[in-house]
Amino acid sequence: MQCPKCRGAMRTYERNGVHIDQCDGCRGIFLDYGELETLTRMESQWSQSHAAPPPPPPPPVHGAPAWGAPHHGGHYGHHRQRSWVGMLFST
Amino acid sequence: MDDSDDLIDELLRIGARYGDAPAEVLPTRPDVIIVRAGSVVVKAHAPGAAEAPLVERMRAVAHPALRGIMLEPLTEEVTVVHGRLVTVWPAGVPVDHRDPDAAPWEASARLLARLHAVPARELPSLPAAGGPARVAATVARLDGDSAAERVVRRALACLPSLDAGPGSPAHGDWHMGQLVRLPGGWILIDVDDLGIGDPAWDLARPAAWFAAGLLEPEVWHRFLGAYRAAGGLAAGAGADPWERLDLPAQAMTVQLTAAAVATAKREGRPLDEVEQVLIDTCQRIVQLRSACHSVPTQ
Repeated sequence: MQCPKCRGAMRTYERNGVHIDQCDGCRGIFLDYGELETLTRMESQWSQSHAAPPPPPPPPVHGAPAWGAPHHGGHYGHHRQRSWVGMLFST
Repeated sequence: MDDSDDLIDELLRIGARYGDAPAEVLPTRPDVIIVRAGSVVVKAHAPGAAEAPLVERMRAVAHPALRGIMLEPLTEEVTVVHGRLVTVWPAGVPVDHRDPDAAPWEASARLLARLHAVPARELPSLPAAGGPARVAATVARLDGDSAAERVVRRALACLPSLDAGPGSPAHGDWHMGQLVRLPGGWILIDVDDLGIGDPAWDLARPAAWFAAGLLEPEVWHRFLGAYRAAGGLAAGAGADPWERLDLPAQAMTVQLTAAAVATAKREGRPLDEVEQVLIDTCQRIVQLRSACHSVPTQ
């Protein structure tokens, strides 16, 4: 195959399942039908796995004691309850 | 006029002498009287309070090492009025009871961390901090034999000795009623239990509320995180704060439950949801400390 630009000889390479024809003379590259889309897809997969910002660190977890309320057993709906406010503010 | 009227009259006179506005009595807990006169408050400490430890505590809060951490009195002087110990303080703005969600958890944590970090040798001599002694005293005031009272006594019987070893300066009775806002920011108040003791007891109330499932985990982690970030060591330096907090928080749960049961009884009503949560927590403490299953409840 001849380079459409400089008429040099084109050599075929295989890179990760993508056929690339490169000119020995001007180093120009020719892609077969669908191969640009394949490259684009591979690029976006790469950037998702490598360039995405890291997830925020989890909040510090200091654990709960064994005698504590069961998980998800909080009674946080008591906020206006007089006995809770009394306890929060008094000896 | 009875003795308490005479006492209040004298407090109002002291308030008028130090203050800059007409003196008035402020609502507070029943064993204490607080009179406010503009920017000044006059406090009559609880009946029976001992004078020598209060004098030591007043000296400590007047010392520069505690400046900006605990409220500094207008005068170190402790006067005796009709048999009650009386002290005089600048007035501040308390935490808003109507908006507990806005309570200054981080500011409290940082103040406690700073207090705990003050080297005891820099302060005048101090008595033992309050805390451990109040647990048994609160349980001892229960006078009935209801199921709730039996659970509380049993939980107390499960706990190992609460004798605190040597410690650091500690507030001795910290809760959200123990700080006020001044123009410079929040500051700890109430010298009555200030002393040398295990600082973990100052974290025991929020730790107990969190463990019981009453305080949101997010708030607890904010409080503990701010305490540790400010250099506070009462919860240890390792990953598990409960190595240090477990016993004070369990003891505080027993105390809070005893106080709650007594309040419900005095008001002649059944336990509400919050109080029942405390009873359930006491029951889990009993279950976990299995060694006490053989301990009699009487």
